[in-house]
Amino acid sequence: MIKTKTLKQFGIEIPEAEYAPPGHTACGGCPGAAMLRQMLKFLGPRVIMTNPASCSGYFGRALEVPLCRCLFEAAAASGTGIRAALDVMGDKETHVLVFAGDGGTYDIGIQALSAAAERNENLIYACYDNEGYMMTGMQRSSATPAGAWSTTTPLPQPKRERKKDIVAIMAAHRIPYIATASIAYPNDFVSKVLKARETEGMRFFNLLAPCPTGWRFESRLSVKLARMAIQSRLFALVEVEDGIHWKVKQPKETIPVRDYIKAQGRFSHLKEADIEAIEKDVDEEWKLLIAKASVVEEI
Amino acid sequence: MAIEEKTQRGTYELLSGAYSAAAGAMLSRAQVVAAYPITPQSTVVEKLSEYIAKGELAAKFIPVESEHSAMSVLASASAGGARTFTATARQGLALMHEVLHWAGRGRCPIVMAVVTASLGPPPDIAMEQDDAPGQRDTGWLQFYCQTNQEILDTIIQAYRIAETVSLPVMVVFDGFIMSHTYEPVFVPEQEVVDGFLPPRQTKFKLDPDHPWRFFASPGAVAGAPYMSKLRRRVQDAHEIAKEVTKEVQEEFYQHFGRRYEIFECYRTEDAEVILVAMTSVASMAHDVIDEMREEGKKVGLLRVRMFRPFPAQEIAAVLQNASKIAVIDRNVSYGRSGILALELRAAMYAAAKKPPIFGFIGGVAGLSLKMENIRYAIEYSYAHEEPEGEIIWLGIPAWEEQG
Repeated sequence: MIKTKTLKQFGIEIPEAEYAPPGHTACGGCPGAAMLRQMLKFLGPRVIMTNPASCSGYFGRALEVPLCRCLFEAAAASGTGIRAALDVMGDKETHVLVFAGDGGTYDIGIQALSAAAERNENLIYACYDNEGYMMTGMQRSSATPAGAWSTTTPLPQPKRERKKDIVAIMAAHRIPYIATASIAYPNDFVSKVLKARETEGMRFFNLLAPCPTGWRFESRLSVKLARMAIQSRLFALVEVEDGIHWKVKQPKETIPVRDYIKAQGRFSHLKEADIEAIEKDVDEEWKLLIAKASVVEEI
Repeated sequence: MAIEEKTQRGTYELLSGAYSAAAGAMLSRAQVVAAYPITPQSTVVEKLSEYIAKGELAAKFIPVESEHSAMSVLASASAGGARTFTATARQGLALMHEVLHWAGRGRCPIVMAVVTASLGPPPDIAMEQDDAPGQRDTGWLQFYCQTNQEILDTIIQAYRIAETVSLPVMVVFDGFIMSHTYEPVFVPEQEVVDGFLPPRQTKFKLDPDHPWRFFASPGAVAGAPYMSKLRRRVQDAHEIAKEVTKEVQEEFYQHFGRRYEIFECYRTEDAEVILVAMTSVASMAHDVIDEMREEGKKVGLLRVRMFRPFPAQEIAAVLQNASKIAVIDRNVSYGRSGILALELRAAMYAAAKKPPIFGFIGGVAGLSLKMENIRYAIEYSYAHEEPEGEIIWLGIPAWEEQG
């Protein structure tokens, strides 16, 4: 049995076991590293992780779970291979965790990911989404939101295209379970990890990871930004079962989109008209999302 | 069990080269097979998926969406301790290129059948042998087969070699000429194969009880000195693989009664001209050599079976006794010459005697390589003191020439 202790301020039973001890070399304030640590606590001790090129290579220096690095575009294929080896050896108990960034998920890895989803591979695939190629120096990915500066969408031409809707793409594969999460809502995050742990087949997480380095904010503000993203409704907390049952967590307290945007240097060039356009887009997107949802809860 | 008795346990079946490869993988009890269809390879994995679907092979078949994923699945499954197999050809092998390095340097004992054909353009299916030799720097061992029997046998041997030295192995044969041509193949009984090839044993694998790391760096600072030593060990393993292969071939003979060498010599003892070739070119050359011997010409054949590691010294020791060396490549290392010719020139540099090397290139981009081309190559080498250049084109005129 997993030993647990209660972390009182959140009221969550958190396993005492630590698989990501101090000593990672990610940037200060990186929510990706923190979310990996929490995921492993709930998936361990029988978990094997695979991980392509991404900043998460720096989270893993001190991991105390078996780690299989893999090629950038091959994360889901690597997870498939590990699962296959476990299966032929009769190990049904061990979880396979694929932990990849948004570049490795939304872009170069989407072919292997789509194929693994179509085959309903028995994996947990977690994308920590920091909305760009942060390790290689803050280049745009298809997860970068419209209006953002990046080193390949330099001013005066910030990114024009909207962020790719990875959740809808994964839902179209009708996989058993999809969830998004934010580090600012640990109860929600943990309940989703627990749900995934008890589900068989392909499980997909999109984890919002505000990046102090790439988004241009102070590293002490990561959790705040992770909360503002939800409250401004620029990032939605959802669960999708079997690709069709959508559950959305609607923020009880909302904040203006502009507050979230103005908290980040990557949007500092935006003019009033640009911000208004984003606000309008967020309202429209939210309506579409709520229309899809069979359950809407407050958070 | 006496050798005689063991070697007779099995049945003759009429098998294509592709089915021989599938039978080899089944008899080797591959546990994870991930593959993507590509002509002329497809029938290898069709047959394997059939074995698995019918429960004749207790393995997991993963119908991936690309060759890149096929090899990525196998690299990780191999790190997970499973015995793995795939097959591919031409563009598929090229798409795998990145992962071939990963599996080679990552020391994964994967076995893969490579059914050689032309890399495009055009995206058609044509004979050439530029795909597999072009992957010579990926860390994989490579064996080139001449008969369907040899394909089946080499796959069984390949697992023994791969799992002994922790390196992946390509078992290479010609598209269509071999993959789709049927020959009687002796299929040994499973029990005899099991006696030769026990289940894969590995000390290290992805194991939830031990947090070992695969394909990982020990850290940015400590990484380079450590990783550079690991690179050197890949080379060491290739050198060891040569000796291991000789032992495995001998043991294979004891079990199955069929003898293989890392390269095979035919009528080379007193030969003035030795032709060097691989796969079905060597098969055809056999007959050409016989014809020319009957005409009183002292010619012989050296068939390269093991191409990586390349047995340079051993081959040079044979070739240096000839007056001339002819070599036929069905590929071009553009900007240089045929790939096997390059290997031989490098091998002969250190030899005591250095006969001139006539490097022929033919049978590329779907052009048939005929007996008459092979005969021409040998006769040309016989008649000329020295080659006029590094490349002599076989039946391929220059652009401005007629024909």
